[in-house]
Amino acid sequence: MNDLNFEPFFLSFRLAATVTFILFLIALPLGWWLSQTKNRFKPVIEAIVSLPIVLPPSVLGFYILYALSYNSPFGSFMNEYFGIKMVFNFTGLVIASCFYSFPFMVQPLQGGFETLNKNMLEASYIAGKGKIKTLLHVALPNIKPALLTALIITFAHTVGEFGVVLMVGGSIPNETKVASVAIYEYVEIMDYKSAHIYSAIMVALSFLVLLGVYMFNQHQNRKLRVI
Amino acid sequence: MIKIEINKKLHGSNGEMILHVNLHIKQGDFVALSGQSGSGKTTLLRILAGLEDASGDIDVFGTKWLDGKKKLPPQERGIGFVFQDYALFANMTVMQNLLYVQKDEKLANHLLELTELSELKNRYPNTLSGGQKQRVSLCRALMKRPKILLMDEPLSALDPDMRTKLQHDILTLHKEFGTTTIMVSHDPSEIYRLASRVLVLEQGKITQDGTTKEILLHTKGSQKFTFSGELLEIIKADVIYIAVVAIGQQIVEIVVDSHEVKNFTIGQRVQVSTKAFSPSLS
Repeated sequence: MNDLNFEPFFLSFRLAATVTFILFLIALPLGWWLSQTKNRFKPVIEAIVSLPIVLPPSVLGFYILYALSYNSPFGSFMNEYFGIKMVFNFTGLVIASCFYSFPFMVQPLQGGFETLNKNMLEASYIAGKGKIKTLLHVALPNIKPALLTALIITFAHTVGEFGVVLMVGGSIPNETKVASVAIYEYVEIMDYKSAHIYSAIMVALSFLVLLGVYMFNQHQNRKLRVI
Repeated sequence: MIKIEINKKLHGSNGEMILHVNLHIKQGDFVALSGQSGSGKTTLLRILAGLEDASGDIDVFGTKWLDGKKKLPPQERGIGFVFQDYALFANMTVMQNLLYVQKDEKLANHLLELTELSELKNRYPNTLSGGQKQRVSLCRALMKRPKILLMDEPLSALDPDMRTKLQHDILTLHKEFGTTTIMVSHDPSEIYRLASRVLVLEQGKITQDGTTKEILLHTKGSQKFTFSGELLEIIKADVIYIAVVAIGQQIVEIVVDSHEVKNFTIGQRVQVSTKAFSPSLS
């Protein structure tokens, strides 16, 4: 117990918080656009957004690893001109996780926006307000449960990922060795006691987070159902 | 003067049809838009609001709202719109709903007073009754002091008492703000009470256009009472037949000759008329 290192947990949470923040900024306009558009290319965009759900993490990890490495034009460009290395470090983990968790942010937001009363948005346009003001002042505050779901699920999903992080990040202590990777290593070296403790912490934390989400949603739904 | 000349292809429940309307409306008029569902009333209203595309020409007091296919966005039309389902901003209180449109607390308070909502101004829409919500929606629509007020069946979800109260509110506000008002409605008594002109839309075309009395009063000039109704059933009773007809909210029985029966089919619109020399009210 005395040599138990919590650094992988901190790393996992730091990664998840960063990814959730970045994805929120990207997914908010995209989810809003997808919910409002009648563009005939919408299914194509939706399919691309959802790809990470069905692809094996190894496939995703392999492509991201290739794209970010010096072997790809993008990776060598970033390294040569900006001196940014993107594999086997935290930056690489963030980029890879953003791809991996993208649908988990976009889909709840898009779904939330789609269930909004269309007339409410139109009332805002008629009141003279543009799309952005309507999004921030009317649409977003009225999809709180969906918003919370998007944030929490993205966060939790990033904490829980394993395959992509391992391929893109490896297992460098204090840099890319997140909790899920640490557990895998404990099992490999047959340190079952540590693996047990780490795993139990993960289960407890995940359960508490999900419990919080569902309790909040129940509370919100009750509030909206008055009369 | 509002000049409207529009064309739009609609995919309605009865297949494709063309909404074709050519219409002039005087400033300050209260126009009721009537007709069966699927006739294009709501679409016409939404085109006026800029919420739907169409081709043609809309000229409102000298400003082009639609020029060919180029339309002025709804944000720049400065209209008021009352939706059938209220469409209030659920995340804002009554007061915030009004101030979101225009930061004019004096006007907001005045409107809430006129509609007897002052005590509810800090409540959220979900805690209000249907009638209260629609009054808030009406106030919200007037926050920009619009020249044109559009209402899409504003009272159809409310019970009769609440309707009467709101009809009074609508008329008060229409007069006080001097709006040109266009309202979609099915209810003849409501139209009679509020509107000065009635347009009847059928299959995308205006088939009747006149003053409220011309269109709605069927007894004019004669002493004949005529009611329009739906034939529900024909019952055979010995040698005669009894037709059951729904007229508005009432169901009545009318004796029909056996040789007349074959002219009718169940569900068709029928006219019920009678000579009435001295009808009395009680």
